[in-house]
Amino acid sequence: MAQKKIISPGLKKNIRRNFLERLIELSLMLSGLAAVLITFGIVYILVTESLPFFDAVSLKEFLTSTVWTPLFERKNYGILPLVSGTITITGIALLVAIPLGTITAVYLSEFATHKVREIVKPILELLVGVPTVVFGYFALLLVTPLLQKIYPDLPTFNMLGPGIVMGIMIVPYIASVAEDAMRAVPMAMREGSYAMGATRFQTAVTVVMPAALSGIIAAYILAVSRGIGETMIVAIAAGQQPNFTFNPVESAATITAYIVSVALGDLEHGGIGYQSIFAAGMVLFLMTLSLNILGQWTRKKFTERY
Amino acid sequence: MGKQNEIIKAESKNFDFHYADGTHALKNINLPLYEKKITALIGPSGCGKSTFLRSFNRMHDLYPGNKYDGEIILHPDNTNILHTKVDPIEVRMRISMVFQKPNPFPKSIYENVAYGLRVRGENNKRLLDEKVEEALKGASLWNEVKDRLQDLAYNLSGGQQQRLCIARALATDPEIMLFDEPTSALDPIATVNIEELMSELKKKLTILIVTHNMQQAARISDYTAYMYLGEMIEFDETDTIFTKPSKRETEDYITGKFG
Repeated sequence: MAQKKIISPGLKKNIRRNFLERLIELSLMLSGLAAVLITFGIVYILVTESLPFFDAVSLKEFLTSTVWTPLFERKNYGILPLVSGTITITGIALLVAIPLGTITAVYLSEFATHKVREIVKPILELLVGVPTVVFGYFALLLVTPLLQKIYPDLPTFNMLGPGIVMGIMIVPYIASVAEDAMRAVPMAMREGSYAMGATRFQTAVTVVMPAALSGIIAAYILAVSRGIGETMIVAIAAGQQPNFTFNPVESAATITAYIVSVALGDLEHGGIGYQSIFAAGMVLFLMTLSLNILGQWTRKKFTERY
Repeated sequence: MGKQNEIIKAESKNFDFHYADGTHALKNINLPLYEKKITALIGPSGCGKSTFLRSFNRMHDLYPGNKYDGEIILHPDNTNILHTKVDPIEVRMRISMVFQKPNPFPKSIYENVAYGLRVRGENNKRLLDEKVEEALKGASLWNEVKDRLQDLAYNLSGGQQQRLCIARALATDPEIMLFDEPTSALDPIATVNIEELMSELKKKLTILIVTHNMQQAARISDYTAYMYLGEMIEFDETDTIFTKPSKRETEDYITGKFG
């Protein structure tokens, strides 16, 4: 047992280096953990604050009633009007953003020369930096009046105008992510298609897009999440009356618009009105969560294998 | 030599090529491709053999700024396929290409082979079925895949994928097939399969192949061209090149003293 000099001094563990290494590892882990903790914290608050709400309001009423008036004398707690507003406006936005964004991505990735892309892409991404308040007033003061010239009965607050503007806002998200996905398709695959006598357009549509499908779908899902979560445009330009309708020419409120309008008012802490924004937030959270799960799933299902 | 008895399918005349960055990649290349023969291009990396091969189906057109000079004449049309009035898409329909790495499309086996016909607007199911079967048989892949034509092409092995790419190229009945180091990403058994396949294919069409593997050139080709630094050093029947080359540089390369 008395084998004292079993390790030569030069090969001994370097305590200082190992300690530093552990320290770095630990700090990296902590910063990763912070994001996870914050997420759990948000979920915790949402759940604990909305639980009292569901003590007062039955889940059945919440999910089936078509009137949402938690702040009125006659209180009704049906989330459906907010959900219908959210879905309608997001739907309009996607009808604008998906075709425009996809076409932009195809153009930038497959047709534009290097020079054009270097100029256009940064400009497009600049759109992402425009504050959504600006987009909101853009919808209210420019797009809706323009639409009223075509359709005079359109009310000042409606879902069509903000939907279209939200679509324009989302275009760069789709274009940028989808373009990255398409550009990641190896040149060898395109050359294979060209060598078969395919045109640029045929190559883009029948080879590059299917190869980049998972990335393109991810772009769409990101766009949906972005649309559902968008607040300012809707709060400004869609009116703030919860209205159970899918008709784009009516005014409506979305979940986010309701939350922001209530949160800005003077509500007493702990009242049912206060708790209702957490219940609404919970619904919003579940909607985006299921979209993210859907996104993960499609990404797995359509993973590119070059 | 026997060369006089052969029919010339295509030939390059005083052909020069510049890349967009100004690199003078090919200098005054004169080379005939004899009909229903295999011509091999050999030479050290960077000598321009792939660049030359890719000129035959105008692949360089895909990147702006590249410049062809001189002529590549396709027979029997007696037309310079580099002429600006020639449609590169029409050229590619008659001169098809198989790449270094198998590059199947993200589609089923069937759709991969049918691709060339589909882009020509052919949608007749019976005709497509027929052509796909014929091409897969031509690429000796039919027996391995006939029961799973709707499977994704990626599920095939590397060697099978390369034969699928050959089938894809065959389906449109090309007159010339270009092979750009078609076996460099494959194992020895898959390589033998592809080599046998090429010897079979030359009964029907003309083949130009770039290879790094001198044994491969010796085994399968009828003619061999040795290229170095963008120039054609020597061109002759393969036997002659490998047994008694007339140029010193060729001999050095063949015997492994250089390269």
